[in-house]
Amino acid sequence: MTEQRVSYTLDSSLETIDNAEEKATRIATELGFPDDEIMQISMAVREGAVNAVLHGNAYAADKKVILAFERTGSDLIITIRDQGPGMDLSKIPNPLAPENLLKTSGRGIFLMRSFMDVVEIRPTQTGTELKLIKHVHGPTAGGKEASQ
Amino acid sequence: MSMKVGSRQVDGVVIVDCSGRITLGEGSVILRDTVRDLLAKGNKKIVLNLQEVNYIDSSGIGELVSAFTTTKNQGGELKLLNLTKKVNDLLQITKLYTVFDVKDDEASAVKSFK
Repeated sequence: MTEQRVSYTLDSSLETIDNAEEKATRIATELGFPDDEIMQISMAVREGAVNAVLHGNAYAADKKVILAFERTGSDLIITIRDQGPGMDLSKIPNPLAPENLLKTSGRGIFLMRSFMDVVEIRPTQTGTELKLIKHVHGPTAGGKEASQ
Repeated sequence: MSMKVGSRQVDGVVIVDCSGRITLGEGSVILRDTVRDLLAKGNKKIVLNLQEVNYIDSSGIGELVSAFTTTKNQGGELKLLNLTKKVNDLLQITKLYTVFDVKDDEASAVKSFK
């Protein structure tokens, strides 16, 4: 199966969040994922883009979000990089803990982990890189190539 | 599709019919403003009808929680009505189904207020 990678450099804006979600929906659809997994992938990408735009780049006009989709033989790999100061994962509370249930934020990473097979967050020299992986299931997945 | 809301009174309860997406930005702001406006006008019994809401992100979930706690803190009650499967699943995953009073028909939602 042909491997393919597409990458986008996006502004730190609300439009980027919708744009990233739309791209994820389109590519996951083209790759043949079932409807429920398309929703999971697009929502995880949306949450990742929210983190990059708001918490990473803090809407700074001079900072960019790099969004990439890569199809390997068995996986859809999505990376979202920001140019922010980074995050301390140990300080992110468990949103399912009773004392946190009524908090109005802090569920984005939890939702990504719920929807994707692998979620990795690591600091880079210029910010934070989020990697989201969804395994391809079934013979129909990957039947069509993602296009830019 | 951006979010739209319309409200109506049924036996002293305000039903807020929501449609579209409750997401970061406009959708969350519309919901926040709507609930605050209702509370400011003395409406303490509020039902959010989410039948036509097809998408909520984590910001939208946060806004639902905020609406719930804001209403409760002002001596009122806010309940959810007619969840779509997607929204229902999200509330299950986040354990918020245990927090919200969720109804699946309008008449029983209205009657459930004391």
